[in-house]
Amino acid sequence: MMLDLRPILASLRAHRVPALLVVLEIALACAVLCNAVFMIGQRLNDVHLPNAIDEQNISVLTLSGTDSGRAAGEVAQDLAALRSIVGVQAVGSSSSVPLDGQGVNDDFGTQPDARTEDPSSVGMEYSFLGEGADKALGLRLLHGRFFTADEYADSHLRPELMPSAHVAVITRSLAQRLWPNQSALGKVMYSKPLWYTVVGVVADVLCPDDSERALQNRGFYYSVFFPIDPAGSVGVFGPATTQTNYLVHSAPRERDRIMREARAKLTQLDPSAVLEVRRFTDIRQHYFADTDSVAGILALICAVMLVVTAFGIVGLTSFWVRQRKRQIGIRRAVGATRVHILRYFQTENLLLSAAGVGIGMALAFGINLYLMQHYEMNRMPWYYLPGGAMALLVLGQLAVLGPALRAAAVPPVVATRSV
Amino acid sequence: MFFHYVELALRSLRQSRVLTALMVLSLALGIGASISMLTLLRLLAGDPLPQNSAHIFEAQLDPLPSEGYLPGQTKPGDDLTYVDAMNLLNAHRAGRQAAAAAFHARIAPQQTALAPFFGNGVMTTADFFPMFDVPFEYGGGWSTSEEHAGAQVAVIADYINDKLFDGANSVGKLIRIDDHDFRIVGVLKHWAPQPRFYAGEGYGVGDAVFLPLPSALDVGISTNYFSCYLQGDQRDLRTAPCTWLSLWVELAGDADATAYKTFLSHYAQQQVLLNRFYRTDVDVPNLMQLLRNDHVVPEDVRQLNRVAFGFLLICVVNTVGLLLAKCLRRAREIGVRRALGASRGTIFVQFMVEAVIIGLAGGVLGLAFAELGLWVIRHQPAEYAGLARLDVHMFALTFVFALAASLMAGVLPAWRACLVSPAAQVKAG
Repeated sequence: MMLDLRPILASLRAHRVPALLVVLEIALACAVLCNAVFMIGQRLNDVHLPNAIDEQNISVLTLSGTDSGRAAGEVAQDLAALRSIVGVQAVGSSSSVPLDGQGVNDDFGTQPDARTEDPSSVGMEYSFLGEGADKALGLRLLHGRFFTADEYADSHLRPELMPSAHVAVITRSLAQRLWPNQSALGKVMYSKPLWYTVVGVVADVLCPDDSERALQNRGFYYSVFFPIDPAGSVGVFGPATTQTNYLVHSAPRERDRIMREARAKLTQLDPSAVLEVRRFTDIRQHYFADTDSVAGILALICAVMLVVTAFGIVGLTSFWVRQRKRQIGIRRAVGATRVHILRYFQTENLLLSAAGVGIGMALAFGINLYLMQHYEMNRMPWYYLPGGAMALLVLGQLAVLGPALRAAAVPPVVATRSV
Repeated sequence: MFFHYVELALRSLRQSRVLTALMVLSLALGIGASISMLTLLRLLAGDPLPQNSAHIFEAQLDPLPSEGYLPGQTKPGDDLTYVDAMNLLNAHRAGRQAAAAAFHARIAPQQTALAPFFGNGVMTTADFFPMFDVPFEYGGGWSTSEEHAGAQVAVIADYINDKLFDGANSVGKLIRIDDHDFRIVGVLKHWAPQPRFYAGEGYGVGDAVFLPLPSALDVGISTNYFSCYLQGDQRDLRTAPCTWLSLWVELAGDADATAYKTFLSHYAQQQVLLNRFYRTDVDVPNLMQLLRNDHVVPEDVRQLNRVAFGFLLICVVNTVGLLLAKCLRRAREIGVRRALGASRGTIFVQFMVEAVIIGLAGGVLGLAFAELGLWVIRHQPAEYAGLARLDVHMFALTFVFALAASLMAGVLPAWRACLVSPAAQVKAG
């Protein structure tokens, strides 16, 4: 094997330009592949982010646009109607639902004089839960407690469109961000003149919206839950914009029937409202549909790029083999076996590919650095580089196999013929 | 002579069909991918008002408190509070001026059996329509005096008119929005600037209804897009410490813009004296500057473009390699032609003609791939997806790309070909 290297290098020197082209093509393909796969990876990572609620069990009924005075009185009635449906395990109202894109956010600090615009305040998205919504969502309590019946009943919407009860349940990520290495229970978060004591910490729940993730101090898991009375669960988005989400928890197989019955009941109670009935899994899918589709298009471009690169290698190597038919014949005539010839072309390709991926990895790293400096792009983890390099080495070997086998099939007798 | 080259090129391409097909396909895929992505980028980064965007400016003030203020670094935001927007409107310092905010309109059809539905709405002031050259099918915008009188009037989009009134002239009829009746005074022709720069954001089919700002607020309609810089009473956005109205002014040129900016600065300093403001930074970007500053083009689309152009580059390099292989294989033929008197220039031109033919074939096929790519994009869930269509510019650009790519790909092989020494090749036989 090692003996083969010298003639290979000599022959590559003789065909410098085509050899350099193969190296260049592989280098470019490697650079583009690493970055594109990284972009795909980031998107798939988002699509599969864990979310500590009972995603499979939740149906969401969104009632919007009814006159706020009427809707407030009807929340309790609507909830009772939903609870009466056979198979419903829990019911509650919530101003917004994870990933429904209707996030409302505010900034809170840990010091009593913290204001919403303080740079040290942390941005978070909040939802107002009506009684029962914690069970309907299936929030997983890690420390402390959920809200009491009194806290729900006594929490009204303040003029700031925030609840009057001074209690909050926050996610574990947010607790760690606000009070690193401390227990968040009993601690108070402030946005002058508002203040809320943390009574419970739940496992990480995704925010309703992540559109401002690029901003500093934001995280996809920085969710807060406040208790609210039935009247307060409408009008959170401004007094004129009324929207209530009813969350219904049930076994997944009963979900579709329950959704049908729930739609019928709510339509009967309020025919003029705009009612939207969705499974939570649909809400999640809808939220990430864009991310998913961009990942798909990127993957398609990558696949076509690999095919084009492979055909480029096949084309150049075939030409090469044909050009050296005579020499191959001579080598066969003086004792080289078919395997020797095969190995020769495979080794040659390996050398070119190795040079290509070497340059390609450096290029990929450089491109990532450039994109990080000028655009919204994260640092590419190191393993994408050897991963992309490996893929192109394998591709090169597969592409060269056909032409190399054809070369190995050249009979020794060719050497004795004049062309 | 030229036709002779074309004939030669075609003959040579026929001789190696597989290699030719590979080259054409490779160029076509690269061109198809990059053209379809570029079409999308151009659509999203385009000028929403090509006629007069240079004269449209946005007035920006910064009512935020001292917290988080870094003098010289903090930029004023896009939206104003109601109080500031009204003060600026009443100052009448621009030829035309309009305040605008987006809201979700619940539209309840009165005559038909249709269920109520939601559409995007804009509450704005009278100059909005003439300033943005909004085209009307029937009727027109409302007047300033109607607006001040609190008239409950509405302008509706063509697609709403089709849906509710079967496309008939509905001027004078009533439309029920958020449980209040508004009299229709105008029906638009199709109007959907991309992006929807004037209020809200994003791309799409265009707004469904337009209401006068005072009467919309009077009946309790409110925007969903507001940002509050203090914890205060948010129940009425007219008095809340929140920004939610964008203010647009039409100015003849940069001199007027500078004068308007001076006016804004004075206004901000006056507000500081009144203790309403802390910050005195102001800005008056024109429409295209504003879109650039706000990075309206989704990062997704920019990433797709980078990858697509990387792919095009690979395709060109690939074609260079294949062309080179093809022309080196014909060293004998070149040698003979040179020996028979063909000059280096002749050989070079001959090979370039061959490359250009491949490029043009790649362009035609690339156009098909681009259409296919755009068809795929149109079926994606993004809100802008449905708008992705090839226009005349992109059609022409496809062939510019194809020509440029093939010329780039052809130079090296043609150069190598014309260096072939006649003697060596003729002897080698």
